[in-house]
Amino acid sequence: MDAKEIIARRVALELRDGTLVNLGIGLPTLVARYVPAGLSVAFQSENGIIGFGAPPPHGMEDPNLTDAGGGFISALPGAASFDSAMSFALIRGGHLDMTVLGGLQVDGRGLLANWMVPGKLVPGMGGAMDLVSGSRRVIVAMQHSAKGESKIIPELTLPPTSTRPVSLVVTDLAVLEPTSEGLLLKERAPGVAIGEVLAATAAKLLIPNEVPEMAIGDAG
Amino acid sequence: MRKAITPAEAAALVPDGASLLYGGFMGVGTPQRLVEALVERGVRGLTIIGNDTARPGLGIGRLIESGCVAKAIVSHIGTNPITQQKMLAGEIEVELVPQGTLAERIRAGGAGLGGVLTPTGVGTVVAEGKQVIELDGRHFLIEMPIRADFALLKAHEADYNFNLTYRLTATNFNPVMALAGACVIAEPDEIVPVGVIPPDHVRTPGVLVHHLVERPR
Repeated sequence: MDAKEIIARRVALELRDGTLVNLGIGLPTLVARYVPAGLSVAFQSENGIIGFGAPPPHGMEDPNLTDAGGGFISALPGAASFDSAMSFALIRGGHLDMTVLGGLQVDGRGLLANWMVPGKLVPGMGGAMDLVSGSRRVIVAMQHSAKGESKIIPELTLPPTSTRPVSLVVTDLAVLEPTSEGLLLKERAPGVAIGEVLAATAAKLLIPNEVPEMAIGDAG
Repeated sequence: MRKAITPAEAAALVPDGASLLYGGFMGVGTPQRLVEALVERGVRGLTIIGNDTARPGLGIGRLIESGCVAKAIVSHIGTNPITQQKMLAGEIEVELVPQGTLAERIRAGGAGLGGVLTPTGVGTVVAEGKQVIELDGRHFLIEMPIRADFALLKAHEADYNFNLTYRLTATNFNPVMALAGACVIAEPDEIVPVGVIPPDHVRTPGVLVHHLVERPR
């Protein structure tokens, strides 16, 4: 199981039956592959659809049916499409149960930065600021480190996406929960020792007596 | 009976330096034939307002790479390296707006509202220079309405009353923009006789649309 699969499988365990969920572009999109059996989850794409499915077979793509990254998708029976004002009313208005977003940094307070690196990379926030402000739960799905540097740091050095802390952070090494006391180490990835998580984390972590492994099974 | 015009005739209406709203999300729902006609006409100094700048060669990206744009008000430019290069080189000014805020600012502009109160962006760089107010213990940014000289829409069906329908995720910003342009130009996939579109299916009433672009020949 590679890092991305570990993250996607663990995030998928946060899905609940009958909920509306938005998956960000990139790594978060993989979560849809691992929806636990028996769960019915509606996925929203912020460009204007609820109830989309896997890309259609080659030759059956509809140029008017795409995800937020511009890739072709399918509409499942019962899907609904709508305009951008409705899409963000759903997001901002408390109608979205959960969003999964990528991250550049998360800090000890649980604040997320994921939309720009000043002077270097300025993709823009897209829908991320609305998603973090409005979704009931915000889950960050990202690699623990990038280019050998921890992405879990004491205080953000990049511009924040919101002043609201996220609900949960899932990385290839650990599950972290922001609390009023600091970042709580909830779980560790299969085969990863607490010491390895600590070594890869620049922020201070709260370590409970028991830190179970993520329940994502063997490489499957 | 109203008449459709060619993309070139529509492009000739847009002067240098105009502001224009354009529908589309990564090029899906962008009126591509209108964009190509603007490139062909060599328009300069545009302020463009929409979700993103798509990719090089796609959607509104064609205006960016053709040197037609002075300023872009968008939520995202990460998929178009040419926009980023031109921004860093100082050739294009880019104002980044959170996507939901952009939709509501345009809606407010078209709906006659004085602005929008949103929690999105409070305490971030988006809030710089903006008023923050507290209501019932929550903080909101005051975001101003957006209107433009033109709104360029992509529709699915149109009739000769200029009523419009949209399809699936090509809908995106088009319906809100239909209210916020001083001159609204729609490019449909199909033009059908008046009466063919059931009233319940009309998403943009024809009274909002000034010009309809004829279907591809």
